[in-house]
Amino acid sequence: MLTLTCPVCGAEGDETDFHAGGQAHIRRPATHDPEHITDQQQADYLFTRINPKGLHFERWRCDRGCGKWFHAARDTVSLEFKAYYGITELPPAEIMAQAKGAWADYFKARQRAEAKAPAKAGAKS
Amino acid sequence: MQPRYSIFSLARNALNYHKDWERAWRSPNPKADYDVIIIGAGGHGLATAYYLAKNHGLTNVAVLEKGWLGGGNSGRNTTIIRSNYLQDPSIAIYELSRSLYENLSQDLNYNIMFSPRGVLMLCQTEHEHRAFKRTAHANKLAGLDCRMVSPQEAKEILPILNIDPNCRYPVLGAYYQPRGGTGRHDAVCWAYARGADSRGVDIIQNCEVTGITRDGDKVTGVETTRGAIKARKIAVVTAGHVTTIMDMAGVRMPIESQCLQALVSEPIKPVIDCVVMANTVHGYMSQSDKGDLVIGGGTDSYNNYSQRGSFPALEHTIAALVETFPILSRLKLMRMWGGIVDMTGDRSPIISKTPVDGLYVNCGWGTGGFKSIPGSGWVFADTIANDRPHPIAEAFGLNRFAEGRFIDESVAAAVAH
Repeated sequence: MLTLTCPVCGAEGDETDFHAGGQAHIRRPATHDPEHITDQQQADYLFTRINPKGLHFERWRCDRGCGKWFHAARDTVSLEFKAYYGITELPPAEIMAQAKGAWADYFKARQRAEAKAPAKAGAKS
Repeated sequence: MQPRYSIFSLARNALNYHKDWERAWRSPNPKADYDVIIIGAGGHGLATAYYLAKNHGLTNVAVLEKGWLGGGNSGRNTTIIRSNYLQDPSIAIYELSRSLYENLSQDLNYNIMFSPRGVLMLCQTEHEHRAFKRTAHANKLAGLDCRMVSPQEAKEILPILNIDPNCRYPVLGAYYQPRGGTGRHDAVCWAYARGADSRGVDIIQNCEVTGITRDGDKVTGVETTRGAIKARKIAVVTAGHVTTIMDMAGVRMPIESQCLQALVSEPIKPVIDCVVMANTVHGYMSQSDKGDLVIGGGTDSYNNYSQRGSFPALEHTIAALVETFPILSRLKLMRMWGGIVDMTGDRSPIISKTPVDGLYVNCGWGTGGFKSIPGSGWVFADTIANDRPHPIAEAFGLNRFAEGRFIDESVAAAVAH
């Protein structure tokens, strides 16, 4: 059984007190560039998922506490939670550095993009 | 060709105290190259190899397996065989599969213990009752032998059922497929392995694929823990680990891996002579020949590669089953286990060519893999041999997600996801 801690209200509980919300950091491409979205991009947004054997980044909701969504880094083999962080945030740098494969590519691209144009305060991730 | 199994071979070997049985398949070393390499020696991979050899005459084929054959989900499922799905493409492939199961023991000369004992799917809410009526009509149009039954008839088929209208999930009716049933999951793998091996297919166990080599847009072979092997075609049939393999070829998949659990009780006298599925309460059950009740539950809601499911999911299944079958309340449970299932967005499988030339994929069976082994192998072998989708596999292509042609079985599947 998974045990979690909500980074927003600090509530602790098991997986029945929280709601698993699937992969984190998915951006809807049509929000940013509605005119040039291909069918494949839209299909990827809806269905293609990063499905790593190891470190994974997810959304969870604190069902029986504050009700807020938050992010968590979890290992899909050991089932251990590595970090909790806010819904608008990126993972802690040391956890991000451990990401492999598609997640590593994602964070690199994200950091490159933000170095070019710093994200507006409160921008949704 | 290996000697046939028969009453005479059994008698002959009995005289020698069963000391002289031949091995059912060889353990060859990998050759330097093959026409087709199949990654994953579960039921689907072995069936694909068998039909490649039998139907298409392709015998320069290897099946690579990281562990031992049939050691993944093929050995972890609840062995249910049925074909009463909602959508036409699903009915086509699952019914092909079910009908192949009927003669599989004869075809493979191996007793796979196919037992068409009937599958009874309970309707425990108004919505479910309506949904099953819809499925019943769709199945009737497709020519399947299925029917709706009343609570009283369901009770006749399954006397231990609680049809009290005042319980939390009352039985409002049931959907019955008399030709569905169960089979022996390990025997299905062993039979296909023996059949493929005797036709010249190399089954190579303890050989983990660590990379897929490409020359531009074409596959050229695989890297394994037992060295590099060349191949003109590579077929990936690795269920829960399909994304880890496809990542090696640079193909992203619309798949998430989750844990599905099952458990068995202590053996008891016969109480259930059909398969019963209770969708609303996330549970399904049959009784094995040994007498233990084989029970399956729902998937966990989060990605998981650990083959260990969560306790709340089990508790939920058991609590609801006990209400529907009060007789089970004192039963001890002996073992529980989890398998890593590959879930797609529409809960239908993917049988497809890929953007990489010579790379084929068969995955996404999720919670319904065992029942589909023969049909899946049949159409996938045809797809590989002819380098175009088999007519039944066509609807299950990877491109359906971009084209919006979903085969939505999430509402019609036996267990709500």
